[in-house]
Amino acid sequence: MIITTPTDREISIVKEFDAPRPLVFDAHTRPELLKRWFGPHDWRMEVCEVDLRPGGSWHYLMRGPGGATMHLRGTYLEILAPERIVSTESNVDCEARAEHESLGTLVFVEQAGRTTVTNTICFPTREVRDSVLSTGMARGVGEGLDRLTALLAATSGSPAPR
Amino acid sequence: MELTATLDQPEQLDATFAALADPTRRAILARLARGEASVKELAEPFAMTQPAISKHLKVLERAGLVSRGRDAQRRPCRLEAQPLRDATTWLAGYRRFWSESYERLESLLGELQENQ
Repeated sequence: MIITTPTDREISIVKEFDAPRPLVFDAHTRPELLKRWFGPHDWRMEVCEVDLRPGGSWHYLMRGPGGATMHLRGTYLEILAPERIVSTESNVDCEARAEHESLGTLVFVEQAGRTTVTNTICFPTREVRDSVLSTGMARGVGEGLDRLTALLAATSGSPAPR
Repeated sequence: MELTATLDQPEQLDATFAALADPTRRAILARLARGEASVKELAEPFAMTQPAISKHLKVLERAGLVSRGRDAQRRPCRLEAQPLRDATTWLAGYRRFWSESYERLESLLGELQENQ
């Protein structure tokens, strides 16, 4: 998993899976599959509602250790199965906090039976994203870039990694 | 787990991020990280008036990032680090969220293909 910053308002998480694209797409859109992987090890997805069409909404309710809950919800803006999903996302229930709503774009690319998922989160302003970077994400991004650099160094002379 | 400690306080996180969204306020926090300072001392390095700096300080105070001393004349400002730590923890949690989710997705995809 590599975290990078493609533009000044975005954070991008890239991960390659050893599976064909339609299956990876299904795992991101079918509640019975989403419930089996979405969230950290010690969290469970209790509610998973997916209305997979432009204008349709999605809602995940997660429960973690000590009964902690987390609501994630948003609206699908664009669905192009099995290639691309664009949706708004917010981790709070209150409408008034729409200023903290981000835009998520999932892109699925298959090559030789393996699928790369690129999850790009676009923040409302550069300032919001930078405040994210200045407080702690920077270390994660640094680690990601370090690993990419190491990977490129290790494979120089051979074809570039996908 | 870190995520639980802070996700229950979204208002505090929102206030922290909103306060951090301004470059002048981030510079004020960076200055206060080196030690407490009066409004006058804080205003000096910026091309800003003391009232303008005071306005930024009020935002930082409301977010709990800055506190003011009791000394009636000088009322020194000091950095309160906990909300910043909480925001950092939340982001560490954010990263962990995705790496652990993707680990689980990897094994699920393996399982689904075996069964096909």
